[in-house]
Amino acid sequence: MSTIQSTAGELEPHPDVALVERVRGGDVSAYDALVRKYERQVFRIAQHITQNREDAEDVTQDAFLKAYEKLDQFQGNSKFYTWLVRIAVNESLMRLRKRRTGRMVSIDEDVETEEGSVPRDLADWAPDPEQNYNQAELAEILRKTIQGLPPGFRIVFVLRDVEGLSTEETAETLGLSVPAVKSRLLRARLQLRERLSRYFRRKKGPKETKLGETGMEK
Amino acid sequence: MTCKEFLALLDDLIDGTVSPELRTELQAHLGRCGHCEVIYNTTRKTIEIYRSHEIYDLPTGLRERLHSAIMARCKKGC
Repeated sequence: MSTIQSTAGELEPHPDVALVERVRGGDVSAYDALVRKYERQVFRIAQHITQNREDAEDVTQDAFLKAYEKLDQFQGNSKFYTWLVRIAVNESLMRLRKRRTGRMVSIDEDVETEEGSVPRDLADWAPDPEQNYNQAELAEILRKTIQGLPPGFRIVFVLRDVEGLSTEETAETLGLSVPAVKSRLLRARLQLRERLSRYFRRKKGPKETKLGETGMEK
Repeated sequence: MTCKEFLALLDDLIDGTVSPELRTELQAHLGRCGHCEVIYNTTRKTIEIYRSHEIYDLPTGLRERLHSAIMARCKKGC
């Protein structure tokens, strides 16, 4: 995703830049290559935000079409991927607003919850805990767990930890400050960890201890 | 270093953005605090599991749908 520094110390352009140039020159097949490269990421992001498969499909299509139409506005000094992600996030949020379910989802408000900010479940996990579940069960556990996070935490975790954006890119994409991204990321990670502990802790082992009942330092 | 101080730097330790001196301090805390060691290991594992498992399958036919939509758009003028 990042530019590669050559031995001469010059920055080589990212391969996406060449593809974008080809599309600008009228070669649509180059855009197909970009679609194939990033369709999974865009669909995942849309699914994580909209929490609805049909909406996520529509958003994926809209995001790629919009990116295609706005390709002239793409500045070569940012990565095509992060530019595309920003479009996908905006399209996903617009889709949520259109649904008018009354359950407004905002990612730019700070989330008023302290849940998970102090770890309570201190039980160790089984070694390779995912081995205790088949693929479908594990996917269901991971889906249920991440869907339970506040939207503002979920999207930060997804962009930063799953899709590999940097803290700065995540902040820019979501219109948040870097400290806000950092704060949400820590709480998202700790909340997910806490919730996954229910499934992944060692089945048999030392008696579970809770913070406050033990000698854990404050 | 207290557990609270350790937790405040947990993300930086996981993301490798701490100075070597601070890393040594954090590792020393891990060496004597079983609870923080569990939190550190299981948080890293949480991230790794989400990174390595596809939890939403790409819908079949989505790629073709995208291709058709882009070609249709292209006919209006690329």
